[in-house]
Amino acid sequence: MIEIRFHGRGGQGAVVASNILADAAFREGKYVQAFPYFGVERRGAPVTSFARIDKNPIKIKSQVYHPNFIIVLDPTLMNIADITSGLNKNGIVLINSDKDPNYYNLSFKTATIDATSIAIENKLGSKMAPIVNTSMLGAFAKISGEVTLESIILAINESVPLKKEENVKAAKEAYEKAMIL
Amino acid sequence: MVKKIMTGNVAAAWGARLSRAEVIAAYPITPQTSIVEKLAQFVSNGDLKAEYIHVESEHSAMAACIAASQTGARAFTATSSQGLVLMHELLHWASGARAPIVMVNVNRALAPPWNVWVEHTDMMSQRDTGWIQFYAESNQEVLDTLIMSYKLCEDKEIQLPAMIGLDAFYLSHTSEIVDIPDQDQVDRFLPDYESAYPLDTENPLSIGSLSMPNQWYSEFRYKIYEAMERVLPKLNQIEEDFYKEFGRKYTGPLELYNTEDAEIILIISGAASGTIKETVDTFRKKGIKVGLIRLRIFRPFPSEALGKALSNASFVGVIDRSFSFGHEGAIFTELKASLYGRKSVPMIKNFIVGIGGRDITTDTITEIYENCFNCLNNKKVDVSVEWIDIKV
Amino acid sequence: MKKLEKLMSIGDLPEVAVSNVPTLNQKTGTWRVYRPEVDKGKCIKCSICWRCCPEISIDIDKEGFPIIKYDYCKGCGICAYECPTTAIKMNREGK
Repeated sequence: MIEIRFHGRGGQGAVVASNILADAAFREGKYVQAFPYFGVERRGAPVTSFARIDKNPIKIKSQVYHPNFIIVLDPTLMNIADITSGLNKNGIVLINSDKDPNYYNLSFKTATIDATSIAIENKLGSKMAPIVNTSMLGAFAKISGEVTLESIILAINESVPLKKEENVKAAKEAYEKAMIL
Repeated sequence: MVKKIMTGNVAAAWGARLSRAEVIAAYPITPQTSIVEKLAQFVSNGDLKAEYIHVESEHSAMAACIAASQTGARAFTATSSQGLVLMHELLHWASGARAPIVMVNVNRALAPPWNVWVEHTDMMSQRDTGWIQFYAESNQEVLDTLIMSYKLCEDKEIQLPAMIGLDAFYLSHTSEIVDIPDQDQVDRFLPDYESAYPLDTENPLSIGSLSMPNQWYSEFRYKIYEAMERVLPKLNQIEEDFYKEFGRKYTGPLELYNTEDAEIILIISGAASGTIKETVDTFRKKGIKVGLIRLRIFRPFPSEALGKALSNASFVGVIDRSFSFGHEGAIFTELKASLYGRKSVPMIKNFIVGIGGRDITTDTITEIYENCFNCLNNKKVDVSVEWIDIKV
Repeated sequence: MKKLEKLMSIGDLPEVAVSNVPTLNQKTGTWRVYRPEVDKGKCIKCSICWRCCPEISIDIDKEGFPIIKYDYCKGCGICAYECPTTAIKMNREGK
């Protein structure tokens, strides 16, 4: 079983991202689970969500404590919270950032993607508050190898109510541009 | 039939939609709100032909459901925690009026202090209201139980309401794969509701007028007692029919997981059973004989089935995600009472866990099994009730 | 009684779930998506907004105009809805 933790701010689509990822893996015949951190989320505040993917039915119902992947939707969170807390030692951190992965100097395998620029170019959300979730998932497909870009695109088409084409394009661009250390 | 990723709340809304609920009256409350939001959307899109009634409280929601049910409509509502306890008076009324309402309750802790996370005290404290009580483990079970509940409740030999509990957030807001049955399959399984005594202006009658001590009140209550006694055998039949139509098997009031040769058995209701199964698998890989009984139904209490399932166990740990202050966890009390008088009785201990939504992890469960082993090895239950994971 | 943030153990807990951390510390302004803004030219100083605000986030200044306390205003928009002269407009945050 692999476990994924998303960090974002309310409004960036972290919870939707965990659902789209679960949907994509489900399309590949996997068993899945996705859920928000059971808190009281609000726009702008740090938000966490989770996904589990397994080839067998998922029995466990507790929260995720030792993820294999961490996806950070907002680079400013890197300074606030202990983002890599509990990450499996072979795990990967994927950060929305225009920096090179080396910049973060983490003790974990690190990948970056400038999802903010991709989202703005594709007119997803506003310049002030771009919605980066679909770009992040495109990059995740590339760096993780756990789910294909094709499945991510199918899941986006199912889940995203507006701007389907733009979201798909963003995911494809992020898949191409993601950098891993 | 189509498989989709959905939360427990959306699965509940689909259950009501596929059951063709005709009257929905509800008041929003976290973490239930997305159930009735989804239903409102179904109604406004024309996907569900139902009367959606906005009410000013849960008490009114239940009043509306009772009235609707008595005209012969299939009624649905959903609530949680404070909302459920506000309904309390009318819960008694619904069962007394033999109104086969089905309600989803997202199990949530009671205030103060405010807490919107899972706990079962809200439903456990409705024990004596004459409602059938289910507790679900998965989103699929929520949907399926809802459809089966209408069939069960509307049966002429039952005519009682049922509430289905789903754990706040662990089910209500967690997305899982759910198989949505076809509408014609559900229609075949669940025919339209026909009330035995519908309120009808052409043939006026009144329901629930005064009954003096020397008249028939006791007898009406006796009839509810009898109807409750018929629930478990009837449910067996319904689950078999459900299996034939939909291919999913449910096993009555209990789900047994590795219990046959188990020395130590834990008992729990609600979604945390999934985490226990995971822990049981880990113990079993090491050759340690532990098992789990998931209590799917708390009312009627499945005394016989439990007695049978526990007949070979040496030690039973009862996990209650609720508490009756001044005594013990509710499942523990009921289980002990129903074991009284049986020939071989296991040692038994109560664990109070996951209160106010505190996460129940595989570590928590491992600790509980080890606690049981210690008691068993010492041939002594150290304390009969132990609260787990309390910060000191 | 110890401050709630400093509670370390169950022994520190009072019997009742009381809090002595002032609600003034709980700045809920970050929840806001839309920001109420007052047009003093249209305002008739009726104070209806002040009475209706569910978060007590509106003060009245010496001249009788409303002052929105943006540290606390959650952006619910009731003031704008109730204002009889449409002197309060809800504008998207950050624009």
